[in-house]
Order: sequence, then C-alpha cells, then structure tokens
Amino acid sequence: MIISKQKSFDDILTTLEGCGRLFLVGCAKCATVCKSGGEEEVFRMQERLAASGREITGSIVIDEACHMLRAARDLRGKKAMVEEADALLVLACGAGVQSVSEAVPKKTVAALDTLFLGNIRRFGQFEQKCSLCGECIVTDTGGICPVTACPKGLLNGPCGGMAEGRCETDPDAECAWVRIFERLASRGEAGRLKKIVPVKDFSRTLKPCKLKVEK
Amino acid sequence: MISRLQQKLDAGEFVITAEVCPPKGADCAEFLARAGALQGSADAINVTDNQGANMRISSLAAAALLVREGIEPVFQITCRDRNRMALQSDLLGAAALGIRNILALSGDHISFGDHRQAKPVFDLDSVQLLQAIASLSEGKDLAGRPLHGAPIFYSGAAAAPEAEPFEPTLFKLEKKAAAGARFFQTQAFFDPDRLRLFSEAVKPFGVKVIAGIFLLKSAKMARFVTGNIPGLRVPDTIVQELENSPDPIGQGVEIARRLAADARSCCDGIHIMAMGREDLIPEIIAAVER
Repeated sequence: MIISKQKSFDDILTTLEGCGRLFLVGCAKCATVCKSGGEEEVFRMQERLAASGREITGSIVIDEACHMLRAARDLRGKKAMVEEADALLVLACGAGVQSVSEAVPKKTVAALDTLFLGNIRRFGQFEQKCSLCGECIVTDTGGICPVTACPKGLLNGPCGGMAEGRCETDPDAECAWVRIFERLASRGEAGRLKKIVPVKDFSRTLKPCKLKVEK
Repeated sequence: MISRLQQKLDAGEFVITAEVCPPKGADCAEFLARAGALQGSADAINVTDNQGANMRISSLAAAALLVREGIEPVFQITCRDRNRMALQSDLLGAAALGIRNILALSGDHISFGDHRQAKPVFDLDSVQLLQAIASLSEGKDLAGRPLHGAPIFYSGAAAAPEAEPFEPTLFKLEKKAAAGARFFQTQAFFDPDRLRLFSEAVKPFGVKVIAGIFLLKSAKMARFVTGNIPGLRVPDTIVQELENSPDPIGQGVEIARRLAADARSCCDGIHIMAMGREDLIPEIIAAVER
C-alpha cells in the first residue's frame, strides 16, 4: 500500500492560485484506504473548494490512478468537464498524479504528499516495513528488514547507539538488530549473524526503475 | 611507515589516545593548540567526524593538519555522510597526506545533529567500511579495480562495552575483527566489572582494546550525557558523587582517574574524551603508570 496524506488546505489553495474552475480526481485504491483521496475526501475537498469560491466542473475516483491506460480512459469519459476546468486537482499518490498529467495536457495539481510503502497496522495506522531496495534479504534476518527497520539501514548488526534494546533515534522503538538477533536466537540460528553481509547493490533500484514481465 | 599507535600496541605497551573535536569553521588555531598541548601525554589524537551529526570542518582536513604539526591522528570516518566512492577516495587522500590510523564508524544518526533535513547516506556500514579499508590496503578498490599505490592503514572500530543486550553487539564486533579491525576504541565505560567482562569476551578476536573514558564535569552534564548521547548511561552512584562534591570538576577528574586505573588492568590503552577540557587530560593520565 502506498501511504499518502493530504497537503494542508492552505498549501493547496496557494498552488491553485489563478485556477477558478477545477476538476477533481481521486483514487479508489491506496488513497482511499489512507483516507487522503477516496470518494469521501474528494467530496469534502469539493465542498471546501466551493466554499472558497472555486467552481468544480466535475470529479472522478479512478479505480487505480496509477494505471495509466485506465486513468486516461476514465478521464476521456469526462472529457467535457475536464476541458472546462483550469486545472485538475489530483488526490492520489505521486504515481497517480502523473498518470493524470500524462493523459491530460492541463495543469495538474498534487493534493497529496506521498510518503512510503506501508503495512496496515489497523484502520488509519500505517508502518513502513519495506524500502523497495530491490534485493530482499529478510530470509537471512529472521523475517525483519534491517534496511527499513534500522534508521541507518545497517546490514551487519546494531550500532553503538543501541541502549537497553532500544534505538538511538527513538527510545520507544526497539532496535531492529536486537529484534533480528532475538528472532534468530529463538530458532537456534543466531550463528548466522556471524556471516558478513556484503555491500549492497544499489544499481538494482537506480531511478527511474522499469520492469517488463517476460512471457 | 607504521604508526606510533600500532608500534606501541604491537609491542604490548599501554597506549593513551584522546579525542579533540575539530572546529565548526575554518579557523583551526584553537584545535591545533589543544591537540598540541597533548602531544607529550597522548600517543594519538582522535579527530571526530561531524560528531553528533553536527556539521564541522572535515575530519580528514583536521587530521591532515595534525600530521603537518607532527601530531599523530586517528582519523575518524563515518558512513553517515559519504557513499562508498567518497569513503574510498577520502581514505586514499588520507593515506597520501600521511594519515595511518583510521577509526571506521557508522556515525550518529542525522536526527541528532544540526542538519536534520539532510539525507543520511549509510551506503556502507562500519563492517563494510573496514572491508573497504582492507581492500584498499591490498591494492584494490571495492569494485576490484587495481590502485596506483596501495595505502597503509592501521584500522580500528568502535565498541560499546556496556551495551545492553550485549550478545547481538558481540556478533558485530567479531565481524569487525574479521573485516580487519586491529583495535577497538570503546564507548565510555563507567562500570569496571562490565569492562572486564567485555575485554574477556572480545579476547578471542585478537583485537587490542582501548577503553573509553569520559570526563564528567558536573552532575548536570552526567544527566545530559545519559539523556542525549547515543549508547551512554552514567550510573546514579557516579551522578551522586558529582552532585555531592564541592568541586565537581575535580571529582570528575578523580572518577576518570579511577576508571583509567581500572582499565589499566584489563585493556591495552585508554581513550579520553575530555569534551573541551583537554587541559585536564595529563592529570587523568597520571593515574596510569606507564
């Protein structure tokens, strides 16, 4: 799940300066779960913008705003409303915003900040477990990702800032490497930690990444 | 070509190192004066690298200035601010400038310092940095390319003798040794029994242990250290000692002298962090018969 949150309404208004007529775009997937750009949020945004003197030409919640063909097709379906607008305000992640900007030549305004790939702890509570590093090592680390859970992404064990099993950056957070150690020790596999983990290959995730699935 | 620090440790002599923080700014006069004043008492001076993630003059430049003054530095280099290319090229630069002793560190997290919006690098960790140093010393870079002139280093790593839990840190220390660390300069210790246990635990790795001693100047500072310096915890008994003393600095020196004497019995040296009161280091050192 891509975790996003709405920019402040004041910031959104600033970026909308000079745009009196707006078409709103939401996303039915991640942004809906994050309560940042679903049906409900698009409706509320519409009301607030109308109250601030903007005219809303129309709106749409695309099933997956990151799906470029679907986004383009859905926007074509609302062609008249889109054409009437000065700008499109997109309540979707950065990927979704760009499906829209690629499909429509008009000014596209991002209403959300995109934060991380997150797990859902409970409703409205998200945690980053994976950094999309391109080379998954959790099999060797007790199923806990040190690239993400350790603020320094250390691969060979805890740093000197660990105290009482806690992280130096957050006394409420457990040290990722202490967790990994305990998990492996509970399986009698702590000895695996003696093996030096070699330098990471960051070329696997050089931007912009692309993948074409072979048939 | 071999550093004095290495010569002494190899010969089984008890060594003394001290930490001097380079300035935030380009004027190194005071830094050089502080380091120079220690020349008679310390075997090498550690030059910290953007300590506490606070931006300062480059530790490479400051260490090179010490070399120019005839003072032997331990060049501290962290993985926080440089990727593997910058680390290796700074290491080669250090070698060319006559720097031999390296302390390879991960580095305090950006969130502690004065540039909290900066991007933390951590391309390598301290174990991998030690591997890089070893590789350069063998005449190859991390990409396996040959070097024109291999550097000569004496590399060390950090260790936290009072880390709790200790076991997960021990694995990493073993890896640091395997990756080429020849000495450990430890985080400050306050409990001699813990230091002894630590020294025993790392003995099989064949690495020299230089025990960290922190000069506490007041009870307030002791509390600050506990709350704000990663991995450091001053026990209540020591805080009380400082609190009850009419002369807290004198008491701090006394505590440091006591710890130094304790370290003398189970370690290969002491590393003194005097936090700006480097003038008191000779007094501390006097407690350690050499």
